[in-house]
Amino acid sequence: MTSSSQQRIVIVGNGMVGHHFVEQLINSQHDCHITVLSGEGRLAYDRVYLSSYFAGKTAEDLAMTTPETYQEWGVDARVNARVSDIDRTAKVVTLESGETFEYDKLVLATGSYPFVPPIPGNDQPHCLVYRTIEDLEAISASSAQSKVGVVVGGGLLGLEAANALKQAGLETHVVEFAPQLMAVQLDLMGGDQLRTKIEDLGVQVHTQKATQEIVAGEHCRYRMNFSDGSFLETDLILFSAGIRPSDQLGRSSELAMGERGGIVINNQCQTSDPDIYAIGECALWDNRIYGLVAPGYAMARAAVANLTGGEGEFAGADMSTKLKLMGVEVGSIGDAHAKTPGALVYTYHNQPDGIYKKLVVDPSKTHVIGAVLVGDTSDYDTLLQYALNEIAVPEAPESLILPSAGEAPTLGADALGDAATICSCYNVSKGDIIDAIDGGCCSVGDVKGATSASTGCGGCAALLKNVVDSELEKRGVEVSKAICEHFNYTRQELYHLIQVEGIKSFNELLEKHGTGMGCDICKPAAGSIFASVWNDYILQQQHQPLQDTNDTYLGNMQKDGTYSIVPRVAGGEITPDKLILLGEVAKQYNLYTKITGGQRIDLFGARVEQLPAIWEALVAGGFETGHAYAKALRTVKSCVGSTWCRYGVQDSVTMAIDLENRYKGLRAPHKIKFAVSGCTRECAEAQGKDIGVIATENGWNLYVCGNGGMKPRHADLFATDLDDETLVKYIDRVLMFYTKTADRLQRTSVWMENLEGGLEYLQQVVIEDSLGIGDELEAQMQLITDTYQCEWKTTIESPEALKRFRQFVNSDATDSNIQFVTERDQIRPATKAEKFSGEKAIPVEIV
Amino acid sequence: MQAQESYTPQWHDVCHEDDLVTNSGVCALIGEEQVAIFRIVNGEGTQYFAISNWDPIGEANVLYRGIVGSLGGKTVVASPLYKEHYELATGTCLERDDVSVNAYPVRVDAQRVLIEL
Ligand SMILES: Cc1cc2nc3c(=O)[nH]c(=O)nc-3n(C[C@H](O)[C@H](O)[C@H](O)COP(=O)(O)OP(=O)(O)OC[C@H]3O[C@@H](n4cnc5c(N)ncnc54)[C@H](O)[C@@H]3O)c2cc1C
Repeated sequence: MTSSSQQRIVIVGNGMVGHHFVEQLINSQHDCHITVLSGEGRLAYDRVYLSSYFAGKTAEDLAMTTPETYQEWGVDARVNARVSDIDRTAKVVTLESGETFEYDKLVLATGSYPFVPPIPGNDQPHCLVYRTIEDLEAISASSAQSKVGVVVGGGLLGLEAANALKQAGLETHVVEFAPQLMAVQLDLMGGDQLRTKIEDLGVQVHTQKATQEIVAGEHCRYRMNFSDGSFLETDLILFSAGIRPSDQLGRSSELAMGERGGIVINNQCQTSDPDIYAIGECALWDNRIYGLVAPGYAMARAAVANLTGGEGEFAGADMSTKLKLMGVEVGSIGDAHAKTPGALVYTYHNQPDGIYKKLVVDPSKTHVIGAVLVGDTSDYDTLLQYALNEIAVPEAPESLILPSAGEAPTLGADALGDAATICSCYNVSKGDIIDAIDGGCCSVGDVKGATSASTGCGGCAALLKNVVDSELEKRGVEVSKAICEHFNYTRQELYHLIQVEGIKSFNELLEKHGTGMGCDICKPAAGSIFASVWNDYILQQQHQPLQDTNDTYLGNMQKDGTYSIVPRVAGGEITPDKLILLGEVAKQYNLYTKITGGQRIDLFGARVEQLPAIWEALVAGGFETGHAYAKALRTVKSCVGSTWCRYGVQDSVTMAIDLENRYKGLRAPHKIKFAVSGCTRECAEAQGKDIGVIATENGWNLYVCGNGGMKPRHADLFATDLDDETLVKYIDRVLMFYTKTADRLQRTSVWMENLEGGLEYLQQVVIEDSLGIGDELEAQMQLITDTYQCEWKTTIESPEALKRFRQFVNSDATDSNIQFVTERDQIRPATKAEKFSGEKAIPVEIV
Repeated sequence: MQAQESYTPQWHDVCHEDDLVTNSGVCALIGEEQVAIFRIVNGEGTQYFAISNWDPIGEANVLYRGIVGSLGGKTVVASPLYKEHYELATGTCLERDDVSVNAYPVRVDAQRVLIEL
């Protein structure tokens, strides 16, 4: 509803920046009528995460708003509404359809378009670009009919596009004109290192290649002829050779333009016509186009401020970036090419591990002005803070990039000034955070809510927490380490209370030490502690509602609500008869089978009501539960050892089986994995496990607190040349000490990182028994071993426990939403589309 | 099919009280609808709740298998898939404004559990 006095604001383009502008304008509660004209067939979506479309995200998932939301805000939003003309005198814009809109203020947020080099033959059907959802649909469709794909352009977006082609299963090439990859962000060495890594991943990189023409190919659809006489055949060509501002409207309405394009703006983001603003990738500020989203957001904020009489201007933006390209970490900060006169450079190059780091400092060696990081960006956040906030560097600046041999000079929150930017997505400074805390915020969550800090890319989460904790502590607020709102204790404290006071049920614990009813955080934590301390059957009536659903149903819930079944295969040793039984059971119940990394076999797709019958068959055949669903010992991986192997020096299989049988059933703060290798060739990869054992001529070397997975950690060598008995004694003590003292869901690797005194302290406690608790730890472990029972065996023998294993209390029907289709001769869950098509899906039958 | 407006909810007898599990859930099939039923026993006595069993975020019929508890005074169940919390009394999702599930009236009469749907 436009009242005649209301200011009419028209926004052309509804990309990420245009949308941010609308959001900010609504937040400002400025009295105006807003019209949004989107040139695309939909409203704003997240272009930054466009590639996740190939990983299964839908247009809906990527959407940043909906027509309903805009409607609620009173915004008149049109899609497929391309503006073709601006009449600045009449203050009217005209759509291609002829429809017109009057404005008092006009905002151009028309973004940019991909540049396609003028190569003869570039307009053929499988020559594509990478910018919109429609582009992605075209790439998907073309990939399905292609074997080879080439990306033209080895910049940031080009490499992202290459990854998409690779994931689509194409033989992938990157063709770059410059001598190196990511020439804008990286130096030659960094580009080379990145190239090596990317080539290792199977993408072929061709630098210094200028494409002359695209003609019909012999083996593939096309042939690209290069100026040096070489050629490359491909079925699909994806151009990612840079962007150009979508500035036609500026040009045709005669606004001031940059020499090489872009609509010129001032610090208020006004164009040469003060009633017209330009923001985002179509705008040229100080002769630059910013091709990142954060500067665009900053422009949107500045324009809103100016329109609504608020404060704030756009004063340039930092173009530093950190990203992961095909799993390779890459970071670039400030003056990466050391172009500042007199700039000095430190480099660290670790070729074997593929790590390259360069630090650029000013001539006086006091400030960080740039950096390049390839292969390891763990220093990025700290370096960026140094650079952005001009913090004085340590005496030896190189310590900032050298691998931490002990003390890494991490940047404490107190080293930052109040003006220091903590969150660059939402432009939140340390001062803003202090204000929020003074205004009553008392947790990271509160501060996030009040300032939006860390709600964008999330890269500053750790720093934000640091600042908040430090500020709260300064105000005498004790930072709560409570496990949740129901208990004002850490997991370690709860463990102590349960053990010392002999508490055996959750209700008792809650009555004595907690409030409320408990929740999905404290209940499983308490359940796990009860199991570690008393080792009761996990499904006893009193414990059962405490368990995580995985523990309740003794299986891992999968995305469709079915479960996986993982019987224990101690040490990875299995008889042919047992293999056959697994196969028979899988066949009978039509389960998907897969070999795991822990040397056992997963059976997927069991419905809740099938679990007891399946396990009955498995238990009858001599299998036990593998605790794959529990925070407990998972597997002990082993190599064949001295029994078969020419190199083995000890019997690693027997040791692995003994260890697995000893520790199976131990409930711990998180899952625990072991491995035993029969010689130093280390085929079982024990140094990446929580407990690793490696045979020597004289016995066993024990490694502790390693991890693979998300955050790999090389295990620490704990003790050498141990005999069998001492080995077990040390492992007993280490594991029990971990179980007693770690936080909830803390793996041994993180526990070790946080353990005051580290490895040396743990050695004192375990080897020298410095706390005098060695015997107690061993006795506790012995109790767990002695009271072990296979939970599945106990469950199938108990009619009461079996009551839980049904989908419906009042019907024998099965869950109609669980449907499978066949892929590579096995079942997999049907996708939503497949379910609704109703054709391919296999209806579930009761077996 | 009845037209939406003329549909009047009815009480359905679904199971015996002993079929429920204290401080946890079971699921009943009423027509096409899967209903998660919870019996909560705490200091304030015994309460019964029923909500849709469909987890709209995980897109699976699993809510009855979640852990129940309280958050800020509300009695909730945590989705076993991605751990969002749904208030048992109303079906609202605490983490997401735009998500909720149906909540249904429950009563227990002569040890039979009845749901209105
Ligand atoms: C694959 C990919 C990955 C990226 N990754 C990152 C990243 O990791 N980090 C980062 O910071 N940035 C990244 N970017 C860049 C980021 O997406 C852009 O900076 C951002 O989208 C710019 O927003 P914008 O609103 O200015 O332009 P756009 O998002 O391009 O929106 C402009 C809109 O205006 C419309 N339009 C144009 N002309 C008209 C007209 N005449 N009438 C009506 N509508 C019109 C267009 O159709 C378009 O919808 C990435 C981009 C891509 C393509």
